[in-house]
Amino acid sequence: MDLLNALIAFLNYVFVPGVAYGSQLALGALGVTLVYGILRFSNFAHGDTMALGAMATVLITWLFQSWGISLGPLPTALLALPFGILACIGLLLFTDRYVYRFYREKKAKPVILVIVSLGITFIYNGVTRFIIGPDDQNFFDGERFIISAREFKRSTGLEEGLSFKTTQGITIITAVIVVIALFWFLNKTRAGKSMRAYSDNEDLALLSGINPERVVMITWIIVASLATIAGVLYGLDKSFKPFTYFQLLLPIFAAAIVGGLGNPLGAIAGGFVIAFSEVTITYAWKKVLVYLMPENLEPSGLVQLLSTDYKFAVSFVILLIVLLFKPTGLFKGQSV
Amino acid sequence: MNGTLKNTMLFGIIALMIIYVGLVQSWNSALLIVAMGLISSIMALGVNLQWGFAGLFNVGIMGFVALGGLAAVLIGMPPTEGGFAAGGMGIIGALLLGAGTILAAIQVMKRMDHGWPRTIAVIAVLIIGFFLFRGLLDPAAERIEEINPAQTGYLGGLGLPVLIAWPVGGLFAAGAAWVIGKTALGLRSDYLAIATLGIAEIIIAVLKNEDWLTRGVKNVIGVPRPVPFEVDLQNSAAFVERAAGLGFDPVEGSTLWVKVLYIALFATVLLILMWMAQRALHSPWGRMLRAIRDNEVAAEAMGKDVKARHLQVFILGSAICGVAGAMMTTMDGQLTPGTYQPLRFTFLIWVMVIVGGSGNNLGSVLGGFLIWFLWVQVEPMGLWLMNLITSGMAEGSALKDHLIESAAHMRLLTMGMVLLLVLRFSPRGLIPEK
Repeated sequence: MDLLNALIAFLNYVFVPGVAYGSQLALGALGVTLVYGILRFSNFAHGDTMALGAMATVLITWLFQSWGISLGPLPTALLALPFGILACIGLLLFTDRYVYRFYREKKAKPVILVIVSLGITFIYNGVTRFIIGPDDQNFFDGERFIISAREFKRSTGLEEGLSFKTTQGITIITAVIVVIALFWFLNKTRAGKSMRAYSDNEDLALLSGINPERVVMITWIIVASLATIAGVLYGLDKSFKPFTYFQLLLPIFAAAIVGGLGNPLGAIAGGFVIAFSEVTITYAWKKVLVYLMPENLEPSGLVQLLSTDYKFAVSFVILLIVLLFKPTGLFKGQSV
Repeated sequence: MNGTLKNTMLFGIIALMIIYVGLVQSWNSALLIVAMGLISSIMALGVNLQWGFAGLFNVGIMGFVALGGLAAVLIGMPPTEGGFAAGGMGIIGALLLGAGTILAAIQVMKRMDHGWPRTIAVIAVLIIGFFLFRGLLDPAAERIEEINPAQTGYLGGLGLPVLIAWPVGGLFAAGAAWVIGKTALGLRSDYLAIATLGIAEIIIAVLKNEDWLTRGVKNVIGVPRPVPFEVDLQNSAAFVERAAGLGFDPVEGSTLWVKVLYIALFATVLLILMWMAQRALHSPWGRMLRAIRDNEVAAEAMGKDVKARHLQVFILGSAICGVAGAMMTTMDGQLTPGTYQPLRFTFLIWVMVIVGGSGNNLGSVLGGFLIWFLWVQVEPMGLWLMNLITSGMAEGSALKDHLIESAAHMRLLTMGMVLLLVLRFSPRGLIPEK
């Protein structure tokens, strides 16, 4: 029984949140890694792209809610998501047309593009705060739990409850669907193959008649979709606050680099590595250990390796270790 | 138009703008802009050393600035009574143990052969070291934080003159830069950017959470000042008399005088650093750095140690940011870890360097003043603009209120626009590199 309780506590506090957070990070890291593979720079504006896409979705969700449209037990935000994605696609294509394209044609150094993306970060951040303000926004509605802790305890008679939030369920399901769709696109369609060819060897791809502007456009469309989905899922699961998205940049980059920049499979693996390290290292294990240890050995403290405020440090240390020992990442990334 | 004339004009325009603020708003805000402009210029000088001379992309300026602020507290504040006795030895022991663990891990790494046993041994050393470190640090920190938590609850500082903190802040920042440089330099330029971004967040997290060190978000206030207090000046008969002679009332005169003293101190530091940076730029060392920046492969073929030079210049530039950070905390008189925002302390400095002209020290100073001026003045200007736009709207309409309320966020937009426009249309900046 104790073992079962420990397992439930572990699932409830570590595994389920870790999977949900990992999915969000993976989606974010996929966007970063695609921009890196095709456009060949680290896009610092990605966090704020997520915030802007999520903001568009939040606004449309509110509109739908005011019209009385809802999805029943599911959050209305899911219905608003496609419109948010469209808004984000429009924004990114506009940005590319008037900002990035100039530097691409000039064949500017990647680091110049990184600085340009910093400028974009500023502007996106300003626009987000300008429109929706810097505060927390709530746009979740529908059923809160798929499995609530109380019901779980009642039906199983265990001491520990397992709660499974709707948002966590949606996050995981959406992430799986998106990843399958993305890989199908990259591996099976003509456009996807031309993207991979362009990423592998630009000159060769140009020689075989691939239109680079088209590849770039498709990339931005995919990146906008991924960023919006990741932003909305994170916003539903935690809360929508413009500033938090900028702070997500570090774990997202860490995930992309740990997996190998430019490698989509690596981005997903990296997302889960970072998420689980963060959750396991900052979780207070006392709750689980209480059931496993004999009474006299029960831990007195919280058995928390690091306080949650240091979660950035976790992704950072993992990043450093990978950079030191395997600079191309776990899966082979593009370059050192 | 020759270069000197153009530069003089550019600086003249900024001087006029500041004087205008003095006439229209208040001399106090004008002097504050000058003081912060000087500090910003020093930070920009440090970043210019890294980016302009060597092409290194550092987005962790905030962290180095915050380390400078920490130095101001650790050097300037008086020690907490009984604080050291309560846990000082424990803290020092824990820190030594932490450093020892990392050294031991590195030694294991070097001595053992490649393979699984080595990996396991390194991990074991690190884990054991970590638990010992926490076991020693936590109780000591707890004891220190128990001492009068409303007032102190931290170790305090050394109680030395706060001016010593300025070079020490530089040393702290240099130490952090060494660690980052050792790991991330020599890899792709983007990796350095991400590593610096990370270290900055971690430094801020440490300042916010390690109460025994910095009181965390409870803030350290009353950092000693290198200049007299306004109140003391107002009580001194000689000063009041002198102020009256110049036509100031004692309160206004004292605040202005204190600012003037700070400006004199900051200007001295800026001049020294500027002289050093100029000498460096025109020395063989500076030429070598630029050669490395422009063509790393060729420079390496000529026998230049690219990685070592990069590390050197990265440490130097970060140290300058640390000095500036200590100066800023000294002037503020308080360390408030919650106010360190990357947009304000990292990206703003970048805008300064790019707008002023990367690779040109004078340009960094100009950029520092110009962008700081904009940063301060955009908010009133934005508010004015919003009032103008919304003047036709109905009183009390939701849109009008929202627009006026959001004017505060105009800053970010403006800074982003300035950066993009300069990068696009004048990528060499206002005062280009020669």
